[in-house]
Amino acid sequence: MMRFLLLFSRQGKLRLQKWFTPISEREKKKIIRDMTSMVLARQPRSCNFLHWKDLKIIYKRYASLYFCLAVDNQENELLALEVIHRYVELLDKYFGNVCELDIIFNFEKAYFILDEFLIGGEIQETSKQVVNRCIESSDMLQETMEEYMSKPAF
Amino acid sequence: MPAVSKGDGMRGLAVFISDIRNCKSKEAEIKRINKELANIRSKFKGDKALDGYSKKKYVCKLLFIFLLGHDIDFGHMEAVNLLSSNKYTEKQIGYLFISVLVNSNSELIRLINNAIKNDLSSRNPTFMCLALHCIANVGSREMAEAFASEIPRILVAGDTMDSVKQSAALCLLRLYKTSPDLVLMGEWTSRVVHLLNDQHMGVVTAAISLITCLSQKNPDEFKTCVSLAVSRLSRIVSSASTDLQDYTYYFVPAPWLSCKLLRLLQCYPPPEDGAVKGRLVECLETILNKAQEPPKSKKVQHSNAKNAILFEAISLIIHYDSEPNLLVRACNQLGQFLQHRETNLRYLALESMCTLASSEFSHEAVKTHIETVINALKTERDVSVRQRAADLLYAMCDRSNAKQIVAEMLSYLETADYSIREEMVLKVAILAEKYAVDYSWYVDTILNLIRIAGDYVSEEVWYRVIQIVINRDDVQGYAAKTVFEALQAPACHENMVKVGGYILGEFGNLIAGDPRSSPLVQFNLLHSKFHLCSVPTRALLLSAYIKFINLFPETKVTIQEVLRCDSQIRNSDVELQQRAVEYLKLSSIASTDVLATVLEEMPPFPERESSILAKLKKKKGPGAVSVTELEDSKREGGELNGGADRGPDTSALAASNASTPSPSADLLGIRSAAPINVAPVSAGSLLVDVFSEAGPAAPSAAVNDDGFLRFVCKNNGVLFENQLLQIGIKSEYRQNLGRMYLFYGNKTSVQFASFTTTVSYPGELQSHILSALKPPNLQMR
Repeated sequence: MMRFLLLFSRQGKLRLQKWFTPISEREKKKIIRDMTSMVLARQPRSCNFLHWKDLKIIYKRYASLYFCLAVDNQENELLALEVIHRYVELLDKYFGNVCELDIIFNFEKAYFILDEFLIGGEIQETSKQVVNRCIESSDMLQETMEEYMSKPAF
Repeated sequence: MPAVSKGDGMRGLAVFISDIRNCKSKEAEIKRINKELANIRSKFKGDKALDGYSKKKYVCKLLFIFLLGHDIDFGHMEAVNLLSSNKYTEKQIGYLFISVLVNSNSELIRLINNAIKNDLSSRNPTFMCLALHCIANVGSREMAEAFASEIPRILVAGDTMDSVKQSAALCLLRLYKTSPDLVLMGEWTSRVVHLLNDQHMGVVTAAISLITCLSQKNPDEFKTCVSLAVSRLSRIVSSASTDLQDYTYYFVPAPWLSCKLLRLLQCYPPPEDGAVKGRLVECLETILNKAQEPPKSKKVQHSNAKNAILFEAISLIIHYDSEPNLLVRACNQLGQFLQHRETNLRYLALESMCTLASSEFSHEAVKTHIETVINALKTERDVSVRQRAADLLYAMCDRSNAKQIVAEMLSYLETADYSIREEMVLKVAILAEKYAVDYSWYVDTILNLIRIAGDYVSEEVWYRVIQIVINRDDVQGYAAKTVFEALQAPACHENMVKVGGYILGEFGNLIAGDPRSSPLVQFNLLHSKFHLCSVPTRALLLSAYIKFINLFPETKVTIQEVLRCDSQIRNSDVELQQRAVEYLKLSSIASTDVLATVLEEMPPFPERESSILAKLKKKKGPGAVSVTELEDSKREGGELNGGADRGPDTSALAASNASTPSPSADLLGIRSAAPINVAPVSAGSLLVDVFSEAGPAAPSAAVNDDGFLRFVCKNNGVLFENQLLQIGIKSEYRQNLGRMYLFYGNKTSVQFASFTTTVSYPGELQSHILSALKPPNLQMR
């Protein structure tokens, strides 16, 4: 199963953190520090897999974001790489040419998409269409620019 | 600000996030956050009830602040309120908040559980999914208690929607992992297994994770899943790429599902049913064949998915370890990957081959790739790939290629990453010992190891080389010579000084004949390093010096002068001072005989499991050391013991025991001759019946006359020894009083149960001997 998924920028700023097992806040901060320093230190042409304690870390860089996934030792690394890719595809389909800013400003949507795709550290649904259908159901109501601008700004 | 977000966008949130991003400094950021927190607090406490949209917005802001890294201590109540809203987006935010900020307030937990219960029993699949996701994300004990019985029902009910079934399966899995006692599968087992046949691929994907976990804990209950899994797998593998529509990933049919099916099959031994087994072998062959076909797409995703299935299939083949044909094919396929362009594939191939190397069918096939692996070790740029190569060399090492591999590993060690050096050192030490045909090669290797990576040579390694040198007569001279030469290097690692000091102290006499290594030269060499060493090393060197006085009386005066000087006998370290003073006195007042006795050569070490192996296991975790390795280490332990077997030197003891009356025949009667009863150990291990079969006569027969006649002349020693038990005896006598201790050593790794001892005396002596038996005192080693 997967243990955690982190998204961070090249400067080490965390954009998304998903934990699939209960961990204390202090542990989380420590893990985040370890992961960012380990992954950001890697050479460009090296392989995407690392060993860390008793877990395997799979990471991939998409534009300015690093996606870092930690899995149990028996998991298949190549498949984990594709999990990351699938998540990126889902984000891309939803936001249309997703970039880091989208994830910053719509962080809650990123979490919702993740929840439709992975649950409890396992893959839930691998079909892109089905996941997209689920996410977009909440966006059934379309609002106009005026409606949006009339909302309070605080 | 970004373009309008879809749906019910929260403008205030977007503005807040922009503000934070525009803050120029950390202080400004904190100030802005505090301002916002105060605002939200006042809104929450205010008289006006907030509408759903505002509540959602503020809860979301709090979430954002928390995810930035600041602590949030309010807002839970409002989040829980959002759960009971009818609007999907508001519920979503509420659930997200409580999943991320888990709170252990029991009142809140009760409310949350209530909200979840309502959502679960609503017939709305989206709400049910939200609730299930929340349970899966939090997975606390209270939730398990509340919902563990209901979720299986949802999972197998006929009218549940597919998406809900998926969420239910994984939710149940999460609960099972955290609170296995609360999730009772009993009546649901067959229905859950049947989910493998569901026509919706998503449901199968989710259900299979659940089944895999359950099978690991209760393999028997779930074994019907094997044949279902095999048939599902063969349907997928033989399907064309258009069959599975959206479940085809870059021209690879259902890669995740295939891998999960393969992983499920790894929980069980190969299927016994011939038809099922045949189908499975066919499947695996198809997968291996597909790897040889040209790729359908140039994209890396296609090859990753295809290879993921391939690697998982190879893991299954290795797990079964019963089809030589498949194993060899797997090995060849991995061999091809070893030289692939993509670093990831080379890495994975090296890793998989490590497991292949331990299988007897493929061990030879793996060895054929040794040149490629050595090349990888030398030329790979990525340190993790080099490390896998080193691991593989260790795994594929056997008697035929040991020398080559150890040499390669030593040269790699010179430039290796510091973080992996200690492990490499242990591995080289183990390999050198295991496959040493010629022990002088072993000594060379270890000394090289100390020279190259002295800092990382842990104590166990050099203890081991000393043990081996002492136990083997034939290599002692060589060791002394080599160590002497090594010490002459200008910059010598401290571990080398330790080893050198010890060996020269024991066996310096073997090279003393040569004028270049005469006793005085040896002493000067050691003493030149003395001041550069730490305290424990100096203590060791002092012991070596006193041994020199015994071996080479001509050095006595020189050494005594060294011991006498203030820096030794007034040294601030207690241990050094004590040694210097005592050794000085010993050398002055003891006669040569006594000195020779006290400082006689070390007896051979008894055989134990190699502590190096134990240390490596501890470092890498229990899985790392393969079974064959353990057996080997035990076997070679036996060899080492059988080698040099020298009895203790008894002649000198007579001198020290001159005052006591020489033991007469009477003494022979006092010894405990009774059979020792070892009750069978309930764990059903192998050591049970040795004594009971043999009967009472056996132990005394095993104590041969040689054995206990020794005790005529000496008081201490080993009375009896076999594989399971060692009996030591220690006795002391004064005039008409005698005391005898018997030590029973357990040589197995299992505890003895009901271990009793009895003492019996032959009739006539009973009246002459008043004895007081103390009950045995159990001392675990």
